[in-house]
Amino acid sequence: MLTHFLRLALLTLSLLLPMQTVHSQDTVDIPAGIAAMGEASLRELGDIVTSLAGTGDPAVVPVLTALGDGNLYVDETSGTVVIQRGSTHLDPLTGEEITLGADADLSRIRVNNGLRRDIDAALAGMTLMSDNPGTRLTAANGFLANPDPANIPLLDEAIAVETDANVLKAMQAARAVTVLGDAEQSLEDRQAAVPVVASGAGRNAITILNAARADAPEELAASIAAAISGLEQERAVWGALQNVWFGVSLGSVLLLAAIGLAITFGVMGVINMAHGEMVMLGAYTTFIVQLVIRQNFPGLLDYSLLIALPCAFLVTGAIGVGIERGIIRWLYGRPLETLLATWGLSLILQQTVRSIFGPTNQMVIAPTWMSGSTEFLGLSITYNRFWIVIFALVVFALLLLILNRTPLGLQMRAVTQNRRMASAMGIRTPFVDAMTFGLGSGIAGLAGVALTQIDNISPNLGQNYIIDSFMVVVFGGVGNLWGTLVGALSLGIANKFLEPYAGAVLGKILILVLIILFIQRRPRGLFALKGRAVEQ
Amino acid sequence: MLTQALFRALDKKAVWVIGIFLAVAVLVPMANLLIPAGQFGHVPTYMVSLMGKYLSYAILALALDLVWGYCGILSLGHGAFFALGGYAMGMYLMRQIGTRGVYGHPVLPDFMVFLNWKELPWYWFGFDNFWFAMAMVVSVPGLLAFVFGFFAFRSRVTGVYLSIITQAMTFALLLAFFRNDMGFGGNNGLTDFKDILGSPVQAQSTRAALFAATAIALALSVLICSLIVNSKLGKVMVAVRDAESRTRFLGYPVEYVKLFAFTVSAVMAGIAGALYVPQVGIINPSEFEPGNSIEVVIWAAVGGRGTLIGPIIGAIVVNLGKSWFTTTLPDFWLFALGTLFIFTTLFLPRGIVGLWSQVVGSRRTRRVSDAAPPAAPTPVQSADIERGEDPASFGNGTQAKPAE
Repeated sequence: MLTHFLRLALLTLSLLLPMQTVHSQDTVDIPAGIAAMGEASLRELGDIVTSLAGTGDPAVVPVLTALGDGNLYVDETSGTVVIQRGSTHLDPLTGEEITLGADADLSRIRVNNGLRRDIDAALAGMTLMSDNPGTRLTAANGFLANPDPANIPLLDEAIAVETDANVLKAMQAARAVTVLGDAEQSLEDRQAAVPVVASGAGRNAITILNAARADAPEELAASIAAAISGLEQERAVWGALQNVWFGVSLGSVLLLAAIGLAITFGVMGVINMAHGEMVMLGAYTTFIVQLVIRQNFPGLLDYSLLIALPCAFLVTGAIGVGIERGIIRWLYGRPLETLLATWGLSLILQQTVRSIFGPTNQMVIAPTWMSGSTEFLGLSITYNRFWIVIFALVVFALLLLILNRTPLGLQMRAVTQNRRMASAMGIRTPFVDAMTFGLGSGIAGLAGVALTQIDNISPNLGQNYIIDSFMVVVFGGVGNLWGTLVGALSLGIANKFLEPYAGAVLGKILILVLIILFIQRRPRGLFALKGRAVEQ
Repeated sequence: MLTQALFRALDKKAVWVIGIFLAVAVLVPMANLLIPAGQFGHVPTYMVSLMGKYLSYAILALALDLVWGYCGILSLGHGAFFALGGYAMGMYLMRQIGTRGVYGHPVLPDFMVFLNWKELPWYWFGFDNFWFAMAMVVSVPGLLAFVFGFFAFRSRVTGVYLSIITQAMTFALLLAFFRNDMGFGGNNGLTDFKDILGSPVQAQSTRAALFAATAIALALSVLICSLIVNSKLGKVMVAVRDAESRTRFLGYPVEYVKLFAFTVSAVMAGIAGALYVPQVGIINPSEFEPGNSIEVVIWAAVGGRGTLIGPIIGAIVVNLGKSWFTTTLPDFWLFALGTLFIFTTLFLPRGIVGLWSQVVGSRRTRRVSDAAPPAAPTPVQSADIERGEDPASFGNGTQAKPAE
């Protein structure tokens, strides 16, 4: 009992000593303050942190950071305070490596959440004057998150000397938030702070303003409310833009899936119900390519998708030519029967894949350059979606080039417009048919490669897209790739705009109903072929 | 007038078919109820239900054949009409459960109690009355087909476009019925039925009666279809199938002919669904799946479209095959079905019935098949010519022209 009391007294004494000295704001006392940390209680530790931060000396930044991160240790035998980094131990002030004695007994200096907040605030103040703009920005944002009226002079000081526009804006926002929340400030100052908060506090502006409105005087509350409604309008616009982006993203997937269908339908009048299975085979090709690369050339793993693209195109294109030569050419002039035969084929392909790979989902790993996301003008954009949009547009552009600038494209367009005339002019229509079907299927394979990044690879993959693809083709009209582009994008965007109001399923139903109604108005789609070809 | 039409309709073949199914309607239930189990000739109850299921499929296939085989409209949404009829029947059966449900609520079906619904949605009212429910079985699919067909045919949506939007229709209904707040039991659908017209659904005698009702309904469907296709209207339907534009230019109201065929067919499909549900004991949204509707098409195709017997034979044969495959070789059923699709379209464009008439060949069928266009795979050169614009027919020469 007595020893316990003695130890406590001793402890208090040893702590009071450095505390007093630290409070005197003398830089010389920093080492003592640090040394005192080893034995301090949580409350005392808080005082030490405040006093250390008060010195404004950059030298205390590492030790405070280490304390906040739980990397600050004390050797119970010698009383030395050290920063532990990996297996080495550093001197908290000089940063030099220290070799501890063999009998060292390290224990972590514990902090709680309250103290950690204090440390962050203290560090923010410390780093506000740093030479590095990034550090200053972090510091300003720290103040923004934990406004404290005591910091206003500090911020004023920093604002006066700040040169970087971004950092200045963050500092002003932090100051405005602090002023706004401080009931002791004059009403004019607080009024003036409102627009600064609204423009500078980013995503949290509405939360901050709402919190401030709760206990603000009447006039101030009115201007805060006005600022909030302004922000909400702005946010609605951004929300709409975000929806447009989601819609474009969905539309690009639809475009990829539908574009192959559109050419086979446009050129040959053939509805290929196995088109979805071509997409699925493209996805499985990607899976196999990645499997082979992972086992044999692990260094190329990041490029496996790029390698899979030509593979998928060739595999599905070859299968497409095979289907055309084997089945479809016997059924020309009987589009409804072609529909049935290709449906049968899709069942067979699905079941084949299911027997080989099993019914479970397969994984394709995303390459590093396709994972993660970025903020662009307040829109959050995931890289995989971004690349798929780009990819869809590239495929679309390539296809346009093929159709408009190559002999095959010329022949394809001729056959689309008037098959018999084209045949009479010496175009080998069966060859064009086979190539068209191969091209359409190959593009479906490319779509499959892209879909591996956003969907599960399962034997049913194609089924999920086939009806949507039909809708795109029917909506856009055949024989015109632009129709497919417009159809895909407008369906994608319409879908994403209906989703928040109607829910995903109801939105989809609405879209289907709208398309059915649309078909009544324009039975041949948005961009219909005109002339004799229509009645074919 | 009616008797004349009846005489014309009841040609030798139709009489045979109707006679067979009426006989089946009597004989199978007798074999089930009167001959004791284990004795020769006894038909087990599960078999009666299974056959009843096949016969309701046969009605569905016949309904599809009326629009596809005779009028050239390939509907990929007939499963939706079938399912709607089934749901109407299912709603009646749900209301008959009464307090015997798990939650014992006197009015609300179990799934509504489970979803904390307080009262019956308006569209469930009246379904406790059998005749009201039967009226709905007929009118809901009929009305949907009428409205859908009216707009589609009026805007001259034809060929594959029509097929695709009928598919979209059934897909939209599939998504809608999956939703819990639609009030049709969501994912699980309607099941756990107890009584139909006061007799327990599971009872042997009820099952036999349901089978008899299905067989009689099939016989009546054949009679009605026969009446239609042998009338002048039926001839116009075939004309629409073979050369739509030409028929229109001759002054026939093509839209209304199609609309009539489509609506009658949808009503038949709805009745088939209503007979199907009590025999299998469940109706759920998967009946709306587009794949199901396409499967119906292959029944008609395998049997032989453009005939009245063909779709019935096709429905029974394909479903027998399905039952056999799914019990013995479940992994191969889709291979078999897929192959059937391809094989039938490539080599049997006129189905089993067409093959039969080719092989056996009475004098009459030989004459018809001589006149018919080549049905077997044609060499590519002639196909190339065929698929182009046929100068003799103004457009729509691309439709297939099955004989009969």
